[in-house]
Amino acid sequence: MSEHHVEHTDAWSEPEAPRAAAPTALTPADAADAARLVSFGLQPKLLPARDAEYAELLRRYREDPGFARLADAVATGLGLVVLEVSPRAGMAVTAGEDSVFAVRMGDYARRASTDSADRFLHGLAHLAVAAMAFPRPEDLADDGYIGRLTVNGVDAFVRQACRRLEERAEEQGENTDPETDAPGLEAAWRIYARRSATGATKDARRLAGSTTGIVGKAVAFLTDSGFLQRTGDESGGSYRTTARYQLQVRDMAGSAALAELLELGVVPVSDGSATLLPPPEGDDLEIAADAGLPFHA
Amino acid sequence: MTSPASTDLAPPQLSAGPRPAQGPAADEGLARRLRALACTAPLHDLDARKANLAGEYSVYAMAEVALAAIDLVTLNMDFDTGADSEQIIARLLPRVAAQAPERPAAEHERVARWVLENLINVGSVDRGFRAVYGTFGTDGVYTRRDYDFKLIEEVPGYGGGIYLRTTDEAVNVLVGALDTDVTSAQIAAEVKLEVLISRGRLADAQLAAEQARYRTVQYAETLRKTLEATRRNVRAVDWLQTVPDMIAEALDHVADRYRHENAILTNIRKARDEAEAATDAKTAEHKRRAAELVDIVKDCIRRHTQLQSRLLEAGPLFRAEQDRQAFAAPTSYTGLDLYGQLVAPLLPLPVEQATKVTDAFFAHGTGLRTPASVRVGDLVDLLLTPPVERQHLGAEMPEPDLIATPDDSRFSEEQLAAAMELLDLEHDAPRRLSGLLAEARRGGDPDLAYLVTLLAVHAASPPVGTAYRQGEERLLFAVDDGTPLDDPEFGGADLIVGTALLDAQGMAADRTEAS
Repeated sequence: MSEHHVEHTDAWSEPEAPRAAAPTALTPADAADAARLVSFGLQPKLLPARDAEYAELLRRYREDPGFARLADAVATGLGLVVLEVSPRAGMAVTAGEDSVFAVRMGDYARRASTDSADRFLHGLAHLAVAAMAFPRPEDLADDGYIGRLTVNGVDAFVRQACRRLEERAEEQGENTDPETDAPGLEAAWRIYARRSATGATKDARRLAGSTTGIVGKAVAFLTDSGFLQRTGDESGGSYRTTARYQLQVRDMAGSAALAELLELGVVPVSDGSATLLPPPEGDDLEIAADAGLPFHA
Repeated sequence: MTSPASTDLAPPQLSAGPRPAQGPAADEGLARRLRALACTAPLHDLDARKANLAGEYSVYAMAEVALAAIDLVTLNMDFDTGADSEQIIARLLPRVAAQAPERPAAEHERVARWVLENLINVGSVDRGFRAVYGTFGTDGVYTRRDYDFKLIEEVPGYGGGIYLRTTDEAVNVLVGALDTDVTSAQIAAEVKLEVLISRGRLADAQLAAEQARYRTVQYAETLRKTLEATRRNVRAVDWLQTVPDMIAEALDHVADRYRHENAILTNIRKARDEAEAATDAKTAEHKRRAAELVDIVKDCIRRHTQLQSRLLEAGPLFRAEQDRQAFAAPTSYTGLDLYGQLVAPLLPLPVEQATKVTDAFFAHGTGLRTPASVRVGDLVDLLLTPPVERQHLGAEMPEPDLIATPDDSRFSEEQLAAAMELLDLEHDAPRRLSGLLAEARRGGDPDLAYLVTLLAVHAASPPVGTAYRQGEERLLFAVDDGTPLDDPEFGGADLIVGTALLDAQGMAADRTEAS
């Protein structure tokens, strides 16, 4: 996205530049201001509306192309990707792939580096939080959209998806029980379905290894990243999204994950119709043999 | 889980002609039975492992306790949450205690907890069980497979609480034969119940009623699942036809069941009241069973009512969601469908491949962390700073500044004790107040007579209600029989003061009955 952005500014500053002959020469003080703006961007919870200096630098970024290029360059040099610079999101930067600012799975959750199931579950939790925050493609595209989610809601919705896969596998008469000696070949949904949703602990905290524990960790981390804001305690904690999160998911994470999926030869095609479907039509009222499994909100 | 139709899906080349060896079709049934068998293993395991526990636990029938626990959790599973584990333990205790009445209550509780924790399998990361079995594939290769299952699972409830729910596997172990259509099974159970009651066979009727309640619980769960799923995306459901139809159908169903169960309720009540007239032991048993049945059917009705209120909420919820979703201005470009294009295709993949996708999302979706950098100067300070004591007790309480209040009591403790001694009368020997006053004055304390008089006047209106509630055995009372008091200090009636004996045990029995 930064490339895109840099190209963008290039595109309309270059034809101008020779004629205008670099209207204002940039001084070290400008470089300091540009770096200051980037440093504001590194504090994701800081809102431009709450800080006059931040707001002023943002205004300058948007009005002075030379300054904007300088700030972009500072960010790129630090290994940051500029997602958007706007009054609502501030200087929205994120870490480049091998940047010192990048979050590593091993630092995020210690068990994840040794246990492949935990690694998957932590990643899936982040993906599911995003999917729950932006349930429709329009929601992700609409800049004004604010998503809301709860920890238990995310868990329930992934469990429901797993449940549907299990039902489908049963309909097709497949034996989905994994082979004993090949854990990598086990279907992904089974890992999630198998893990308990919650559990009692001695100190009344959330069981870290349970799925609500894993989702809870993800939302707490995203809150620290300035991506979510906690709004209440019901259903394991309720949150709403920020503009930054939408940018991050739309411009970075979603496409990266999709590219990886395409690499695996899976080509998900969307025709724009709804995908988060209720249980199959027709058996709304039919009781399946094992419908007793509780589905919790 | 165990669908009987799946054998039909065997490849045709295997079902046609003679087979040299048993093919996958036969193996499928075998696998199903192996899985069913595996579900009972944790119960047998409890009895096998009780010998390893510290202490002599072989008197307890662990499998019995476990089945009772599963039963209790299933019956206490609510529409919204689940069963509370402390409640389950409390209800298990009588059964555990009955198995070994001479053992201490603490041990009974330990046993109940041990059984419940083992049904959850608290020790394992998944909090579940795993069984390994083998099958032959279509290519004749023998593969070992893992079968993961749970019996009781913990689910989050409102307010951060944790509740217990029984899984399908557990319900299958418990009631069995669930491969039937629940709606029709419920109707059948109810019809059976009516017939049984009309013939006076209440023992069987209770069994049928309990079965009906299992079905009712299941039914409620399924409807809730449907409602929950329709909440997410308005376009995902057919709000023109299917959903209103579904809700109407469900409401009809609730009304129907409600009528039906009320009819049953009336019938059972009649049976109960008829049994009440008779006094022999057998009819008394009938009466007790009928009373239990009333409770069960009431519970069914309660669940249906709960379901109905949910159904009525569905309409407003849909309209609100429609306002939010459908009438918004369309955006210029469409975004990525996170669920449809990422989550849904990802879940069926082998975990090894799926992890690549989730890793990519994680790496790009978590944002940034500013790494902590340390200066040597700070590091020295940091390392030399003594660790902060963790405050277990919170902030220190300030020493309260107490001011001694002057003792302004009219009478001292000693005077009260002396007066009470004077008034400690035999229950069959009441005395005149004048006599008591004379005795009080003999001690030489002029105030004592005042206190005795006050207590006697107070006893003229004895606190019968309080004594009844507190279960006291004696009560001081005073009666005016018209004789005037001839005293230099006090005027009025010369009261007769006496002590009444109360039937404390009888009152206690009355109280428990009343509550």
